[in-house]
Amino acid sequence: MNVDFVELDHVARGIRGKLVEMSHAAGTPHLGSSLSCVDILVAAYWGVLRIDSQNPDDPERDRFILSKGHAATTLYATLAERGFFPRAVLDTFTKSGSVLAEHPGPRCVPGIEAATGSLGHGLSLGIGMALAARIQKRNYRVIVVMSDGECNEGSVWEAAQFAPAQKLDQLAVVIDYNKWQATGRSNEIMSLDPLRQKWEAFGWNSFDVDGHDRKALIEILQRTSDGSGKPLAIVAHTTKGKGISFMEDDNNWHYRIPNAEEVLKAKRELKLI
Amino acid sequence: MRNAFASELTALAKADSRVVFCSGDIGNRLFDSFKESCPDRFYNCGVAEANMVGVAAGMASCGLRPIVYTITPFVTTRCLEQIRVDICYHNLPVIIVGVGSGLSYASLGATHHSCEDIAFLRALPGMTVVCPGDSMEVRAVLRAALKQNGPVYIRLGKKGEPVIHKDVPSLTLGQAIVMREGSDVCVLSTGNMLPIGVEVVDKMVQAGANPQLVSFHTVKPLDEKALRDAFSRFRTVVTLEEHSLIGGFGAAVAEWLADQPPQKARLCRIGTHDQFFHEAGEQEYARERLGLTCESILHKILAIQ
Repeated sequence: MNVDFVELDHVARGIRGKLVEMSHAAGTPHLGSSLSCVDILVAAYWGVLRIDSQNPDDPERDRFILSKGHAATTLYATLAERGFFPRAVLDTFTKSGSVLAEHPGPRCVPGIEAATGSLGHGLSLGIGMALAARIQKRNYRVIVVMSDGECNEGSVWEAAQFAPAQKLDQLAVVIDYNKWQATGRSNEIMSLDPLRQKWEAFGWNSFDVDGHDRKALIEILQRTSDGSGKPLAIVAHTTKGKGISFMEDDNNWHYRIPNAEEVLKAKRELKLI
Repeated sequence: MRNAFASELTALAKADSRVVFCSGDIGNRLFDSFKESCPDRFYNCGVAEANMVGVAAGMASCGLRPIVYTITPFVTTRCLEQIRVDICYHNLPVIIVGVGSGLSYASLGATHHSCEDIAFLRALPGMTVVCPGDSMEVRAVLRAALKQNGPVYIRLGKKGEPVIHKDVPSLTLGQAIVMREGSDVCVLSTGNMLPIGVEVVDKMVQAGANPQLVSFHTVKPLDEKALRDAFSRFRTVVTLEEHSLIGGFGAAVAEWLADQPPQKARLCRIGTHDQFFHEAGEQEYARERLGLTCESILHKILAIQ
């Protein structure tokens, strides 16, 4: 896949601006979480996934699951930017009767592989899809993005034990490790660290990566289906609220909603205006 | 019922390459024949039911027809949220099979009893709830479940229960089977209470009555036609289930009844009560203590006549 990294930077800034606008217009929280994983989705959707927005149900397509469903705006904006549905649909976000709720519903728009919102579900779903590929002799890959807070859920660790036992190297999990969860520092609430070593110990090929370095993310994600028989775990070190100086690493933006002035300030920082 | 399930499952999987079997680390040797004939479609998912249900949902979203199987409370209550979100919210055709339902595993203690599962699963949107009455019905409901386009819960007993049907009945999910026609008392039995239901109506016949017996294998959707017939023609309608009176089959019938104009028949519900069973003992003993034997059921029916 030929990737124009200058173009990707432009795409990522555009998506970040859209997230701020959507949060402001809809009055919805989780902006910090959404900004945190933008570069992971941009890397996956523009550099890794073999998908065709005009044929979103192709049985051979790669699958992407946003298990941290509270970052739905990032997925919506990414899919719209990638051509799965018109950008204008984003303006209906959370309005009564809209297909775009605060957490993604099943196939609410083309390109949504799984309804998420309750944490700790996406990885098991992804394993099921990867096993289906094996059973049906297909070659697609599956990428699941989780949050660090999500790793509190016991079901994550059930899945973490199962995928290596099944030798599912066509599966990758990316953990958006921004070190915050809803109401506190992740490692003060639950003992997550050493996170990469945990996945390694569970039998995964595990890597630490700068979760905002799109080039590095693409390179590591390309190791999916490497024939090793081991699934891939990528601990993506990120900054909550990334890209907007006054939101970065400030957990108030888990729930805070930007006002009109903050929207303008954010867009100026993103060089969108 | 368990052995009939394993045998029917193997036959169906041989004929349908979409069928995948996920076991929660039980059924030692029971599925050897399946493993032999479909080795790429048997998954021991370990003692991790939440993951197993999510995995099955992921498979179903790709066109497969997974069946998840373990002891009833662990494949229902333990992973209820995965059933709700991963299977039901996506309306995926996953078949959930619980073995040892009700008091089948009485001797294992209340962790292994399941007298609440119908209540939980019945409340989930789109879920079909099926409680076969004997091993013949097990085969029939499994065949029917694979033809459904949404989730189905099948509630099995254990092994060695009496076989009531002579052959595998021709069966449609949601359509109860009349086992004996009658005119005064109508006994509606669901799941593994069917043999007791047979005993109850036999005793009533001996006493000169003319009872009707219906195998109500599908608790959801309810066979409303059968209920309309029962409540309009009979004096008394009895529901039998090895499940709590809260939220189970009798409760479903009572809910239906509450929405109808006044009916001729009086409803008498037989089931377990709002308590755990704390004693040791086999299923038969637990049934005795909880009023689920032929004698105590007859006594209760007579008392309200």
